[in-house]
Amino acid sequence: MTKASVLPDANGHFGPYGGRFVSETLFAALDELSDTYDLLWQDPAFQAEFDLDMAHYVGRPSPLYHAKRLTKTYGGAQIYLKREDLNHTGAHKINNTIGQALLAKHMGKPRIIAETGAGQHGVASATVAARLGLECVVYMGVEDIRRQAQNVYRMKLLGATVVGVTSGTQTLKDALNEAMRDWVTNVDNTYYIIGSAAGPHPYPKIVRDFQSIMGREARRQTLERTGRLPDAVIACVGGGSNAIGMFHPFLEDKDVRLIGVEAGGSGLESGRHAAPLSAGTPGILHGNRTYLMSDENGQILPTHSVSAGLDYPGVGPEHSYLKDTGRAEYVIATDTEALDSFRELCLLEGIIPALESSHAVAYACKLASQMRPDQTIVVNLSGRGDKDMQTVADIDGIKV
Amino acid sequence: MSRIAACFDALKAQGRQALIPYVTAGDPNPQVTVGLMHQMVSVGADIIELGIPFSDPMADGPVIQLACERALAHKTSLAMILSMVAEFREQNDTTPVVLMGYLNTVEKMGYDVFVATAKKVSLDGVLLVDLPPEESEDFGKDLRQAGLDAIFLITPTTTEERIKKICAAGSGYMYYVSLKGVTGAAAIDTDAVAEKLDLVKQHTQLPLGVGFGIRDADSAARVAQIADGVVVGSVLVNALGDNASDPEKGCAQVVLTLSEMRQAMDTAV
Repeated sequence: MTKASVLPDANGHFGPYGGRFVSETLFAALDELSDTYDLLWQDPAFQAEFDLDMAHYVGRPSPLYHAKRLTKTYGGAQIYLKREDLNHTGAHKINNTIGQALLAKHMGKPRIIAETGAGQHGVASATVAARLGLECVVYMGVEDIRRQAQNVYRMKLLGATVVGVTSGTQTLKDALNEAMRDWVTNVDNTYYIIGSAAGPHPYPKIVRDFQSIMGREARRQTLERTGRLPDAVIACVGGGSNAIGMFHPFLEDKDVRLIGVEAGGSGLESGRHAAPLSAGTPGILHGNRTYLMSDENGQILPTHSVSAGLDYPGVGPEHSYLKDTGRAEYVIATDTEALDSFRELCLLEGIIPALESSHAVAYACKLASQMRPDQTIVVNLSGRGDKDMQTVADIDGIKV
Repeated sequence: MSRIAACFDALKAQGRQALIPYVTAGDPNPQVTVGLMHQMVSVGADIIELGIPFSDPMADGPVIQLACERALAHKTSLAMILSMVAEFREQNDTTPVVLMGYLNTVEKMGYDVFVATAKKVSLDGVLLVDLPPEESEDFGKDLRQAGLDAIFLITPTTTEERIKKICAAGSGYMYYVSLKGVTGAAAIDTDAVAEKLDLVKQHTQLPLGVGFGIRDADSAARVAQIADGVVVGSVLVNALGDNASDPEKGCAQVVLTLSEMRQAMDTAV
């Protein structure tokens, strides 16, 4: 059997998932990207350029922090947090945007576009565009613009144009549609930085490879700190970039449980959630085959999550593959559970996590309480919660 | 012989080109569609492309996205659309009908069920904009076995190598997308299109239809001089959208536009 860690195949397939389901106009651009990437990723000079930026612009390696008071509260496994929230721009998204912006530069594209949900990927894209002197246009659903006003302002300060998307559900999936439309139209001079490990081949592979720096570090750091590999690695899953980046370097470590936490929203039974792996079926959206939330006629369903970054009806195709093969497990945390963990981490550890990451923390705490104190859980704290102040204050009925 | 081949053969014998209107099925409501199909045929439509509405039409501009939303507000499903084709066939057994849309609707119905039903209702062709030849080997085979044409897009960015591959996989006609962009975008550059069509012709005997950017009688006539078929969509869908509360008026506008195009195409030769 093929080792899971060497996928995708040459056509971008992870088993039945992934692939390249896009309109013909984009094929030449995707082939060009694929060829460029395959060359550069093997090129030591490109790797050195990427590593240098990771060290001195992003601030890597990010710490692996032993959350002792959180651990004590749940009385079980030791909980470690991979502190992606400490990265420049405040989330893991920057790892990928730096890598892809370097690709854009090597391909001679003067203009980059991006889609964003919570705004973290948009900010990270605007950041690298500013640094490299590239024009940057970010597509964002107007519903998300409302929820994440601060990030919108950050993008504007960084010189990006933020385009509000009013079609469909006005969230991340619609922003992705609109970015694709822009790309089809301006494909000659434009590089599309996809922020999730989703989209058509080769994006799921590229995003995973750039994000895998998190998992490689976490694996090494856990060995250094505890003398052994973790018993479980936990990350939240929207499109799935922070999860796949954490999981991938552990794929062949069969004793390490890999657990993705989807947005349970108001609960699976309510239908108001964003959990395609837990409650969806395979289908085709945004250029790949993967688990989706769609109705009996194949129409994509509206999603709900308190966190804009998880509010997406699909998921990266590699997660679909890992689910079917059983190598990774996928569970949910509800809005309420995520908010409780958000507050708990603030009070116990002095860390304000992103609402997205709070889903992973919520499940980690639940699991830790069923494990032994000599066991270890590593949680990807994929982003910081500054951007969520408005959302949480609104829920608390407080005017900030 | 398939209806599509017969249609192009007959037109060729007359020295004429196919007029191929696109409308989204169920827009502005499902009761309108079959009647509109007959009306379009009566003013000279040769082949009808019927859109399958999808919630996330990535390759379409705002005009067709809104048409999808109107159709979906009435819960227009692929199963309903296949029934519409059956109903159309009760009175018309010659005009080819091609379904155009996105793969997920077909995948959800199930490929076997779709192909069997499509054959039963005498559908002629299928064009799924997000299903390239690479991903459609099995489905393409099933379609061929059922006597249905698999129609693919070729665009300004398609390399010669891919043109070969696409021509080998396609049947019925090839659909050339005249510009880089979504449906309903810029106006057409006929010279640039003619150049690329010459290249495509080196790799296929199939008729060539051209779409995107054709919005009036003049552009339709110009395209008719370089292609075998003229596909017109957004301008018609726009007329339906502008008159969504008065579908009769919208249909009359569609009929008027098409008859002007027909006339211009036939007199330009």
